[in-house]
Amino acid sequence: MVPSVVNIGCGAGFSGDRVDAAIPVAETLAKREGPKYLIFETLAERTLALAQKHRRKDPTHGYSPFLEDYIRPILKKCYETGIKIVSNFGAANPKGAAMKISEIADQLGCKNIKIAIVEGDDLLQVMSSRDIQNHPTIEGLEIGDNEVIAANVYLGARPIAEALSRGADVVVVGRCTDPALVLGPLVKEFGWSEDDWIKLATGTMAGHLLECGGQVTGAYFADPGYKDVPDLANVGFPIAEVANDGSLIITKADNTGGLVSAQTVKEQLLYEIHDPENYFTADVILDISKVRVLEVGPDRVKVSGAHGKQRPDTLKATVSIDGGWMGEAEMSYAGPNALKRAQLAIDVLKRRCRDIKTNNPIRFDIVGTMSVHSGDNEDTTNTHKYPDDGDYRIRIATCGHDKEIVERVNQEMLSLYCSGPAAGGGFRQHLTDQVQTASILVDRNKIVPKVHFLTDYT
Amino acid sequence: MAQEHMKKVRLHDIAHARAGDKGNRSNISLIPYSAATYEILLEQVTEKRVLELFSNKGASKVVRYELPNLPALNFVIDDVLEGGVNSALNLDQHGKTLSFLLLTLSVEVPVTMAIKNTV
Repeated sequence: MVPSVVNIGCGAGFSGDRVDAAIPVAETLAKREGPKYLIFETLAERTLALAQKHRRKDPTHGYSPFLEDYIRPILKKCYETGIKIVSNFGAANPKGAAMKISEIADQLGCKNIKIAIVEGDDLLQVMSSRDIQNHPTIEGLEIGDNEVIAANVYLGARPIAEALSRGADVVVVGRCTDPALVLGPLVKEFGWSEDDWIKLATGTMAGHLLECGGQVTGAYFADPGYKDVPDLANVGFPIAEVANDGSLIITKADNTGGLVSAQTVKEQLLYEIHDPENYFTADVILDISKVRVLEVGPDRVKVSGAHGKQRPDTLKATVSIDGGWMGEAEMSYAGPNALKRAQLAIDVLKRRCRDIKTNNPIRFDIVGTMSVHSGDNEDTTNTHKYPDDGDYRIRIATCGHDKEIVERVNQEMLSLYCSGPAAGGGFRQHLTDQVQTASILVDRNKIVPKVHFLTDYT
Repeated sequence: MAQEHMKKVRLHDIAHARAGDKGNRSNISLIPYSAATYEILLEQVTEKRVLELFSNKGASKVVRYELPNLPALNFVIDDVLEGGVNSALNLDQHGKTLSFLLLTLSVEVPVTMAIKNTV
């Protein structure tokens, strides 16, 4: 029987999100009638490349590093109350993630839990490294001879729906489009066909609104005195109520902080959208240009008017290659004449870096004047608006493939301790292993997603 | 409307915004607190002014999309992220803070309009 409403909650909006946010969502969903789902979105563009590196070091790893933190508090509740879990926890190792979830389920006494794995996103299984390297990229970046660390296609909702139809309690995906985590359950419950573009568009819009967790319920929104948010420290994560006719309500977990208003929904609706008429996904091209939002109750917003166009013939893949090293180092100057001492320190650094004779880009900031809003080549002496006395922090940043050169630039900041202007303090430095990504479009017929159950392997 | 009936305010007083990133491209939504203010944004927050505001960061092109039913504007700004999240030397590699740079633009509104601060 086709249900009237499907409830889908979100427990995480990025790989470092709050690990306890899903608990009130699961408690709220447990009280709801009808089909209910809890999704976790934990896989940013670069996260997969980092996961791939982990897997190379240890073949049992390479899935979401916080998997256990997210799953353990809610798994038993979900299993006992019929809440199905859908997530891209799998990253570079969906099977590894599924095995870990199975181990936790055993410990919690969730007997006979069915864990499905969606595979087929790994492009290196169907294309050679060489073919990927030679493929034109959307950004125009030449991959050339750089080693391909990972290449993954964004799968759509269909394999998730298939896994659920075959009885999965938990579905673990590697790379899929974020909205597919929500659209998959809707396709399963409502049986929406592959060319029902308007309904697929609405489900995709629901997924887009949920995929960043609290970003639709008052998190990443508060601006005191302008946009106030109650109890932000305890912000409730979102729940979407979707009906078979495609109507959509966004609300949030009971007994939590945050808020759902027309304003919070509008901000998230446009988040990471370019042309509102053409948001490409694997399942549909979403058009939100005519969407309306309406507050229909406390923390309840109705979102309507999504349109959809035929899905593209290609699927997007993210290719990750080695990006060299980034070095960053910082030092503070405070009190009388601090700005002048900070600027002298930058003069000294510029002179010293000239002697390193590198073509690597180097950037300077004075935090407390302009930093994040400045360009790479901003004049750090153009600070007449700012008082000489103050609490300033200088920063140097560089990147390159030669680790020694990058480290030497950081070292120049460290040496200011004894050899720079008066009273520099609080030195910190970072050296980061960088990953560069590029996007390519792949013929969708080349990609064949596969659904397995963990029990298939034993 | 005659000049004397207008006052200058910052966008921050009449609208809110959020920035997102994809590669070296940022999108910033601009949403009026009151639907009645949408026309002011349409008239005064042009592609040209936004390009100028972000020129120090290397912005090369701005496209403005209109969403009259929300209402809201969406600005797509090319080459503004100093390489983007994988290679930018900027502390804010995603350009998350750029929404509040957009909100520093000044606009003229009727003196009768109630807002929190004026510049």
